[in-house]
Amino acid sequence: MTLLEFARGPAFRASVAIMTAGIVWRLVGILLLRRRAQHAMPRVGVAGRIAGGGSTMISRFIPRRTFWPRIAASVLLSTLFHAGLAIVLLGGAAHILLIEQVTGLRWPNLPQGFVTIASGLTLGSLLIMLARRLMHPVLRLLSTADDYLSWLLVFLPVVTGILLAREILGSYETLLSLHILSVELMMIWLPFGKLMHGALVFPSRGVMGADFTRKGAAT
Amino acid sequence: MTSEPIPPASPGTDPDASQVGKAMRRFIADIGPSAALAMESCVHCGRCAEACHFYVQTDDPRYTPIHKIEPFKQAYERELGPFALAYRMFGLTPKITAKELQNWQELLYDSCNMCGRCSLICPMGIDIADLVERARHGMFAAGLVPEDFLGALEEKENSTGSPYGLTTAQFKDMLHDIGTKYGVVMHVDEATADIVTTVSSIDLKMYPSSMAAIARILNHMGASWTFRTDGFDADNVSLTAGDRAGQRKITLSIVRAALACGANTVLMPECGHSYTEMRWEAANTFGRELPFRILQITELLAEGLSSGLIRVNKVSQSATYHDACQISRRGGATAAPRVILRALGVDLHELEDAGDTSWCCGGGGGVALIKRAQPLRDKAFQIKQRQVEATGAETVYTSCSGCRQTLEHGGKAANWNKTVASLLELVAGNLKA
Repeated sequence: MTLLEFARGPAFRASVAIMTAGIVWRLVGILLLRRRAQHAMPRVGVAGRIAGGGSTMISRFIPRRTFWPRIAASVLLSTLFHAGLAIVLLGGAAHILLIEQVTGLRWPNLPQGFVTIASGLTLGSLLIMLARRLMHPVLRLLSTADDYLSWLLVFLPVVTGILLAREILGSYETLLSLHILSVELMMIWLPFGKLMHGALVFPSRGVMGADFTRKGAAT
Repeated sequence: MTSEPIPPASPGTDPDASQVGKAMRRFIADIGPSAALAMESCVHCGRCAEACHFYVQTDDPRYTPIHKIEPFKQAYERELGPFALAYRMFGLTPKITAKELQNWQELLYDSCNMCGRCSLICPMGIDIADLVERARHGMFAAGLVPEDFLGALEEKENSTGSPYGLTTAQFKDMLHDIGTKYGVVMHVDEATADIVTTVSSIDLKMYPSSMAAIARILNHMGASWTFRTDGFDADNVSLTAGDRAGQRKITLSIVRAALACGANTVLMPECGHSYTEMRWEAANTFGRELPFRILQITELLAEGLSSGLIRVNKVSQSATYHDACQISRRGGATAAPRVILRALGVDLHELEDAGDTSWCCGGGGGVALIKRAQPLRDKAFQIKQRQVEATGAETVYTSCSGCRQTLEHGGKAANWNKTVASLLELVAGNLKA
């Protein structure tokens, strides 16, 4: 079995299984905790819990204006990284091909140059985020091994993907194998660390938004 | 869910391992899906620090809001989280030591007002203020509450229902004296009444005129109302200290007093935390929906002014308004004071951060009780001072006696020339004959 066959075969199946089971376990472990009944009458004239929770899921993407001067760098870096990643994942021809093989769905790819710029911005924002985490007193205090491991496990697929696209520092097959394996490593870690925020962000915002909307309070 | 009571450790003694255990057990006892989601979701982005007046004014990273609950977050991961078994088996989170927990007292009490500004900035929607309140429950169970809180609780609130130790007889006398002094009819312990009105301990001690103001307005409205000596003090220091049993006792005494006289409304005074407690938690504590409304005084005033039950003379004055965090941002009653100020014709100059994003005065959540926190409070106050001065207004109105007191003290320390005043008293002083 070649490295590529291993990456595409048993490693892929194992990483998908671990990621899926881990995400389900973590979500179920949270959501099955005993819920406290709310007996207070909701404020009159406010939106319902579902509308409140749903709108908060969206509104928290953009901080309130008053907060911007102090968090602009954090917001812009985070937005750049996530948008760049989304463009590469959903707009890159190779990724669309993979999605089609797995799901049967396909859509037109974005121009290669555009995807290359997006991947460069993703890499750049990742590096700056690491530098901030190492230098900013608040981020340094908050950071744990999870933060650095999660960063590394996102960094590796991005770097190997860029090398693969340009076929530098190795043969196509070797780079493809390394890229797939690095993604699989990330998938295996995802449920156990902060990368899980991808699955938690909407429930977390939604629950808070529903609760505060009921009160007519700020969400 | 009502959890098993965990008796507090003896206050004032050195923390030991059993105290740490009590703190952590108390903390995780009430964790449900929303609090668990909050603790699981943090991405360590640090934005919450930038919304916190204590961090912004000091640049001390220890004041980062989410950092304040770190030992308790670790306890959750180790004892209750989905991977708790792995955390315990592999020792993935170090057990917090008694000494560390003791050091955390300053972060959970002196430097957090539970104002919830951090909750508003969090991109994951984590209600950090709620987690701090839960962590205080743990600190209380461990006997790690600042001494200044214990003075109010141990000797007074727990025995009399009032943090100043007022007995019902003393309260009755005080109301009688206020009625005589301000020339207003006071209704006390009426057998039946539509409105039961409560007071704040700060009003009892510092601003008795506000009780006369409430009476004057309710009489003006022709309302059927009463003070009840079996449930009068809404201050609830127990709540901010983290004493669940005490909090419950104060809350239920007011609920029972209102039930006893068949009230349809319980009126909360100019006090922040007492409002959120009664409006949003009392029914949960009682175990079912309450058969009466709970209104903060500004809500009643706004209602009365809008319906014409309260008629006021116009006031020719320019002023600004300080929102109490628990009434506006966390309580949902942000609009009411603006309705009142408009009805009075006040030329309102809003603060740069007004309403939901208003900065805390620095004294809420019981922080004003802690003497050693005074220098830190004064630093936090500087934000409010700058924003008030930028409006050019001479008077700052507010609807929370705790904020009023903190702004007055902060202003005094800064030799400020602004007047801090009560919105309730402004209305009472301008009622049409």
